[in-house]
Amino acid sequence: MGVFIVKRILITVPILLAVSFLTFVLISFSPMEPAEAILRAQEVPVITDELIEQTNEKLGLNKPFIIQYIDWLMDCLQLDFGDSYVKNESVWQLVGPSFFNTLKLTVVSSLVIILFSVLLGVICALQEGKIIDRILRTVLFVLTAVPTYWLGAILILFFSVKLDLLPTSGMSGMKSYILPVIATSLGYIGIYFRTIRSAMLNNLNEDYVIYGRSSGLSEKKITMHILRNSLQVSISIFCMSIPIILGGTVVVENVFAWPGIGSLSIEAILSRDFPVIQAYVLIVAVAFVIFNMISDILNAALNPRIRNDNS
Amino acid sequence: MKVVKNLYRDKLGRASFIFILLVMLLGVFAPFIAPHDPLAVDMKLRYAAPSWEYLLGNDHLGRDILSRMLYGIRPSILWVFVALILSVCIGAIMGFIAGYFRGNVDAIVMRICDVMLSFPIYVITIAIVAILGPGLGNILIAFILMKWAWFARIIRTSVMQYVELDYVKYARAIGRSHIHIIARHILPVTFSDIAVTASSSMGSMILQISGLSFLGLGIKAPNPEWGMMLSEAREVMFTRPELMIAPGVAIVIVVLAFNFLSDSLQVALNPQLRKPKNRSGLKPFKTVLNEKEVAK
Repeated sequence: MGVFIVKRILITVPILLAVSFLTFVLISFSPMEPAEAILRAQEVPVITDELIEQTNEKLGLNKPFIIQYIDWLMDCLQLDFGDSYVKNESVWQLVGPSFFNTLKLTVVSSLVIILFSVLLGVICALQEGKIIDRILRTVLFVLTAVPTYWLGAILILFFSVKLDLLPTSGMSGMKSYILPVIATSLGYIGIYFRTIRSAMLNNLNEDYVIYGRSSGLSEKKITMHILRNSLQVSISIFCMSIPIILGGTVVVENVFAWPGIGSLSIEAILSRDFPVIQAYVLIVAVAFVIFNMISDILNAALNPRIRNDNS
Repeated sequence: MKVVKNLYRDKLGRASFIFILLVMLLGVFAPFIAPHDPLAVDMKLRYAAPSWEYLLGNDHLGRDILSRMLYGIRPSILWVFVALILSVCIGAIMGFIAGYFRGNVDAIVMRICDVMLSFPIYVITIAIVAILGPGLGNILIAFILMKWAWFARIIRTSVMQYVELDYVKYARAIGRSHIHIIARHILPVTFSDIAVTASSSMGSMILQISGLSFLGLGIKAPNPEWGMMLSEAREVMFTRPELMIAPGVAIVIVVLAFNFLSDSLQVALNPQLRKPKNRSGLKPFKTVLNEKEVAK
């Protein structure tokens, strides 16, 4: 197991480097020169060549590309992402808090997803082919096709406007989590509960079940055994869903005016605030890679077969 | 073709297929079918309720919603479809190269894929839109750039299963060219995996791209697109919620049709899955719906 963990971490390091390099290159490719972009964003009335030269000098944009990258990377490792072009703040002051807001939404959504996926998956597996199974499967299948933003708008209209139960937007207290979490989770529940259902059904025909039954175990006990083995899947789903949701909250944040990193990035795009965009891409990509690594390691810890496959 | 026959026997699959074909045709021939100009503004008809003249009513600028829906098929579905086909093609080429030749080529291609797949799709799209500016074309470019890696990986795995089979080894032994072996002996058997993966991606791609248009990063203002129409409808959501119905329902139905089609296609290509009693054969093809995991 130790070997697997070390290997998995060693694979992650070059990927992280490549990701950071690509992020750096991508933003450097922007058609506007950075110095010009900064001056534009600061609304300097007349942009002269001299002014551009001065800015280049100040920001070290005259240095060779690789040196610029290394400088930038070193700064990033110390959470120094430079200053926003538009707002008079450092990028981390903007991105940091909003990243944690997004993370909160993500973790709560993942918990809800796993809870309901397991619950519904188990119900459907135990009732396989019966009415409840069919109805649940149909409803959840339809939900996977519903756009999150549309669902979000409907939820707001119904719960916030018509019933006046929950806040329409923003992040103020526990209540404001409810609607964004529902909008985020429903689609994923529709996908993951299928996985859990089929894991349960696959387990039903395993040898240990037949053995248990033939040696006279009660059905209740057998179900518990099946459940325990199927729960492995659910833990790996939980780990997998965190990075995926983290990378995809932009739309939900926009609908519910959630002060997260997704809303911030859209704002940054519209005002061409490149350091913020760069920090957004880097932070989310790095978080994505690291969470994926953790989920792989946890999977391997739970399932020895994966460990041996990869070594 | 056995596959077509199998697909035809599946009622839901058949219905979905016909429906999708119909919607696509409506999109292609939108200029001949649409009853009105989708861009024609008429302030007298602001928020007009559905009438015989305007079947789905009019929007906040008095434009005909039905015509806008019909023209919206083009960016919302047809262009997404084109982007999907392009990225599947790139993915297939890379996947075949990696899976067939193995060795260093394989290692390089797979490392590139690893890096590409380390970026959530929304994040990379936002980066590309930040550089190139908002627009449907740029979003599609971002999708093609990212999605091929996903397809390449799956197709590579599929190819590797067949490369070591005896008939492929035999073909190689009697000196058939690589192109011949790939085209005649491997492509036909991997085609089913490619088709299933591609079709299962279509639904989520429609959702993602319409989501980006909803955020205002996609198609430019007066042009109709379903996500864009929802974004416009959101502005007046509290007073005129009915404007959200048509585009929203349309997206749900089309995505559902693609998901149904993909499920039926999977069964049609792999009839073993049909017998529910045979549990060992019930293992779902692992890529189905997993696509959504990449990003929603």
